[in-house]
Amino acid sequence: MEQGYNFAYLDEATKRMIRRAILKAVAIPGHQIPFGAREMPLPYGWGTGGIQVTASIIGPNDTLKVIDQGADDTTNAISIRRFFARVAGVATTEHTAEASIIQTRHRIPERALREDQILVYQVPMPEPLFRLEPRVAETRRMHALAEYGLMQVRLYEDIARLGRIGTAYNYPVMVNARYLMSPSPIPAFDNPKMDRMPALQLFGAGREKRIYAVPPYTPVKSLDFDDHPFRAIRAPHACTLCGSTSSYLDEVVTDDRGGRVFVCSDTDYCQSRREKAA
Amino acid sequence: MTPLLEASGLSLRFGAIRALDDVAIDVWPGEVLAIVGESGSGKSTLLRVLSGQQAAEAGTVRYDGADIRSLSEAALRRLSRSDWGFVHQNPRDGLRMAISAGGNIGERLMANGARHYGDIRAEALAWLSRVEIDPARIDALPRTFSGGMQQRLQIARTLVTRPRLVFMDEPTGGLDVSVQAKLLDMLRGLVRDLGLSVVIVTHDIAAARLLAHRIVVMRHGRVVEEGLTDRVLDDPQHPYTQLLVSSVLAA
Repeated sequence: MEQGYNFAYLDEATKRMIRRAILKAVAIPGHQIPFGAREMPLPYGWGTGGIQVTASIIGPNDTLKVIDQGADDTTNAISIRRFFARVAGVATTEHTAEASIIQTRHRIPERALREDQILVYQVPMPEPLFRLEPRVAETRRMHALAEYGLMQVRLYEDIARLGRIGTAYNYPVMVNARYLMSPSPIPAFDNPKMDRMPALQLFGAGREKRIYAVPPYTPVKSLDFDDHPFRAIRAPHACTLCGSTSSYLDEVVTDDRGGRVFVCSDTDYCQSRREKAA
Repeated sequence: MTPLLEASGLSLRFGAIRALDDVAIDVWPGEVLAIVGESGSGKSTLLRVLSGQQAAEAGTVRYDGADIRSLSEAALRRLSRSDWGFVHQNPRDGLRMAISAGGNIGERLMANGARHYGDIRAEALAWLSRVEIDPARIDALPRTFSGGMQQRLQIARTLVTRPRLVFMDEPTGGLDVSVQAKLLDMLRGLVRDLGLSVVIVTHDIAAARLLAHRIVVMRHGRVVEEGLTDRVLDDPQHPYTQLLVSSVLAA
């Protein structure tokens, strides 16, 4: 463990401030709580919000897993994992089942999470009404009064133009039938996993300085119309590596002559299936 | 019968200017009330105070017997998206320009909890033909519409929830005369069919004569004369009303 830093990089007063915001967020599922985000040793957009949440909940006995778009071996995931290994000296893992804290960017692991796990999301834009209503004060009022007709208008426009709801990621959800929430840019495919998930879900937005949460077993419903129900979109292929027909797939271009393969975006899930098959 | 909207003793100053000076006004169910007067006479301010968008310094506004200042913000906003409607002078203020005509009409339905796409769509189509816009343009953006069409779209979007009371701020302003005539004709039909109460602010005496049952004449923030439309326009009592009526250009 690196000398000269407090445990998990942030000083204790900052961690306490963030924990207070987290407690408040858990008490009001889906409601955005402002907090004093600190400068972190990596740029905005790389997960500063998620890192601050992880830093304030992590303890020496925790095991940390970090994924970026489902993968454990991408730059963002590796550098955040190494960061916590250095400043907190915690164990890290690539296996979903072994982790007690999973920090994620844009995916929820395929393997179902348990009550003793915490999922920390990195959030670029916490406000779901962003782009629909430019005034922040007005969006707060809309949340306070639960006026979410405008979001429904966006879905209406999708169906009118495309014949279906075209939003494939960052698909808006209602939490506990009260607050409209941005699930962060996870694919709509992952939305059903948020509903009544046994694990605690925490969301940190560093640049926008907001924290919100979905406590365990909280209902999370994707917005839709009665005659155009929500559908999870998945590429109609099997994984080229493990053959899974139920996981979320990435399309990978293999050459410059139109060759392409579909592989699981969750690398740990894919790897464990291949090991089991071998 | 009791008035739908009752206002009394309304006063509001902007610095040294008295925008409203002890104004009292009643709107009865099914009635069209025109507020006329020159620019700066406090007409639009009165409309904003009556519709709860601005608070007066003194006086009360009662809707259906309840003081609108005693309503919570949530209740007032619910009222203004279901029971009330507001038609702006400039359709750009009332429409969402980046959203299709159908979405504009459906917004109030969805804000009131409609969650069936087919029903919303059918309602939008019905309202487009009702305000004489080609239903084939349901997915077109309002910015591709002419000024008159935009104004008719704004009216459709406001009336889709069947409000009881509609506030209109110079709905025919900025339109050329033939388009104005068509719009007024359409409004007259809708008001009659839906049994709306309307408070319409205008400086166009001819429009007031065509639409309104009753007229209130304002000057310097005061009501100088009020009465049945034909009585006020044919036999004006107050010198200012006489001036106003005699200034109308005859074609």
